[in-house]
Amino acid sequence: MNTISSSIARIVAICVKEVTQLRRDRLTFAMVVAIPLMQLLMFGYSINTKVRHIPIAVCDHSASSFSRQLIEDVQASQVVTVTTRAGNPNQLHTMVQNGVVSAGLYIPIDSERRYYSDNGEAIAQLIVDGSDTVMASALKALGHFPFLPGGVSSFTHNPGDISVTLLYNPAQRSELNTVPGLLGLILTMTMVMFTAVAIVRERERGNMELLIATPVKTAELMIGKLIPYVVIGMIQMTIILWLGYLLFQVPVAGSWWLLIGSCLVFIFANLGLGLVLSTVAPNQMGAMQLFIFIFLPSILLSGFMFPYAGMPEVAQKIAEALPMTHFMRIVRGIILRDAQFEGIQTDLLFLALFFVGTLTLAILRFRQRLD
Amino acid sequence: MSDPVIKVEGLTKKFGSFTAVNDVSMEIRRGQVHGFVGPNGSGKTTTIRMMCGLMIPTSGMVTVLGMSVPEQAKLVRCHVGYMTQRFSLYEDMTVRENMAFLCRVHGFGHKRRIERIDEVLEQFDLVPLADRRVGPMSGGQKRRIALGAAILTEPELLILDEPTSEVDPNTRREMWGHFFDLAQAGSTLLVTTHLMDEAERCHRLTVMNQGEVVADGSVDRLKEELPATVLEVSGGEVTPLVNDISTLEGVLAVNQVGTVIRVLTRDASITNQIAMAIPQSFSISEVPVTIEDVFVSATRDGSRA
Ligand SMILES: Nc1ncnc2c1ncn2[C@@H]1O[C@H](COP(=O)(O)OP(=O)(O)OP(=O)(O)O)[C@@H](O)[C@H]1O
Ligand SMILES: [Mg+2]
Repeated sequence: MNTISSSIARIVAICVKEVTQLRRDRLTFAMVVAIPLMQLLMFGYSINTKVRHIPIAVCDHSASSFSRQLIEDVQASQVVTVTTRAGNPNQLHTMVQNGVVSAGLYIPIDSERRYYSDNGEAIAQLIVDGSDTVMASALKALGHFPFLPGGVSSFTHNPGDISVTLLYNPAQRSELNTVPGLLGLILTMTMVMFTAVAIVRERERGNMELLIATPVKTAELMIGKLIPYVVIGMIQMTIILWLGYLLFQVPVAGSWWLLIGSCLVFIFANLGLGLVLSTVAPNQMGAMQLFIFIFLPSILLSGFMFPYAGMPEVAQKIAEALPMTHFMRIVRGIILRDAQFEGIQTDLLFLALFFVGTLTLAILRFRQRLD
Repeated sequence: MSDPVIKVEGLTKKFGSFTAVNDVSMEIRRGQVHGFVGPNGSGKTTTIRMMCGLMIPTSGMVTVLGMSVPEQAKLVRCHVGYMTQRFSLYEDMTVRENMAFLCRVHGFGHKRRIERIDEVLEQFDLVPLADRRVGPMSGGQKRRIALGAAILTEPELLILDEPTSEVDPNTRREMWGHFFDLAQAGSTLLVTTHLMDEAERCHRLTVMNQGEVVADGSVDRLKEELPATVLEVSGGEVTPLVNDISTLEGVLAVNQVGTVIRVLTRDASITNQIAMAIPQSFSISEVPVTIEDVFVSATRDGSRA
């Protein structure tokens, strides 16, 4: 009992010390709030404007009720907005070429006849500026746009059959995907970065000789250093989810408790990883380099930027070892699909084991010595 | 007398092929101020670090407060106040915050912590500095703070690595006053220093050179047993004589102190030779040995490792 309470006293001592230092470190302190804010706004808005309300021009030679309905329905998808009219297909082409619009929709005089004929003719043509791939793919999806009383397709026959129906995110609102992704990205970034320097900093600033000459045990040191960052992680989580809701109307479909619990486990996993880096790195600069080494694959391979399924097998294997990949699945599941505990438990288990593993490794690697 | 507080036997520490500490044996007794001197790089800090369990000896054994180190280092740390040579408190925290951290780590309750910190701040004239950040403070102020931090938890053994470097003479006197008060109250102190007047004040002294103990014992005995005699040459412009005297056979060291030259010799028989080497207007007399003479004769060989 006595040993436990004195152990807790030492953990508290480390916690208080860390918080005191954190408060003094203006830059770090600002990062806690500034990083989620900046990234959310940058990613959220830039991706937001790209796939919604893309300006297009229309050249309507049919000028019928059929073509008007087609134009209305295409706009109703919110992907495009008709900003200009063109008199002929050549004009349309020039407009796209000059960047006046991102795409041109040409509706020929006989488009209604083509629609009801059976020979697979496209009813309209969409000329797309392919230089921006994100935009282009959003526009290409219009080709399979489900148009009733029938379907419109510039690319395929009988669009009613092959129309692409987008589950969960019919309007292609990528911020629904981005905000949960950013939650993982920001937590990885700040949590790993903060703890990666936590221990080398003591060494570099010459505090280590004092620290290890005190009765603080390694595990107490590690835990004492973790706790303040757990709180910081929770603050960041709140900022991201709240702003995500406020600015981008990203609702949480699933359970809040499951979401918060998963974030907590993820925060711990990242902190453990950071501590390991901190015991490996020779100095603060080295810790930063190691951090980048972990951070890049976390962005590129976790499914945040590119779909996991489309990656080569090697990349998938690497991705499986990163906490971010598992968190990505969990958080998109909970926020977008109302996933239940059963659906995410293997990923949660991985994160929990990852934390235990890294913390153990950090404790084993850390030497209370100077040689 | 009671058991030694620190007992070191055959202690050796190698860094690669370089031997920083070589077969060191020493004892530090309870209630004493034990001086630890030696040229730069002679291995004092390394020896101290092994005593605190911060470095693992290549061979040899260390017992501190009856516990063997490094095996029981964790327990030992609860009873030892260690002041590092390089300042190691947190520079981005205030004096009070640093002290509070140490008190918490040692399990002080709230009330005891506040009281003890105030007491130490008072004792070391740190009250005006208490709520200022440590980083920008002067070298001497930092030393005072570090010393205060080391005695904060009232440890029974204090290991102080150059506590008085960068410290002004008045503060130095005060610090030494504290050391003797603490020793009087039953604490034991191991203090390294480069200042011979401080070495002179210690109860006992260990002199290291190139990783080895070259002299060890009470200050008086070290002086008595020094196998050398000190002659003083005075009576005029002595500077030109330094070279002439130092080349003489049997002269161990020559040192000018103001208008006199102190000549450390193997024995007094050399007096005649010196007298012949210098103009007759100068006088030569035998003077008492100081601890500096002990230091110089003990560390003459390769003092710059
Ligand atoms: N971690 C280390 N790695 C390699 N060599 C070391 C290490 N620590 C100390 N040394 C070497 O060991 C020798 C003894 O160093 P130490 O710091 O013990 O000397 P010291 O007596 O305290 O000197 P000073 O009076 O300058 O403080 C030096 O030559 C030093 O370069
Ligand atoms: Mg030293």
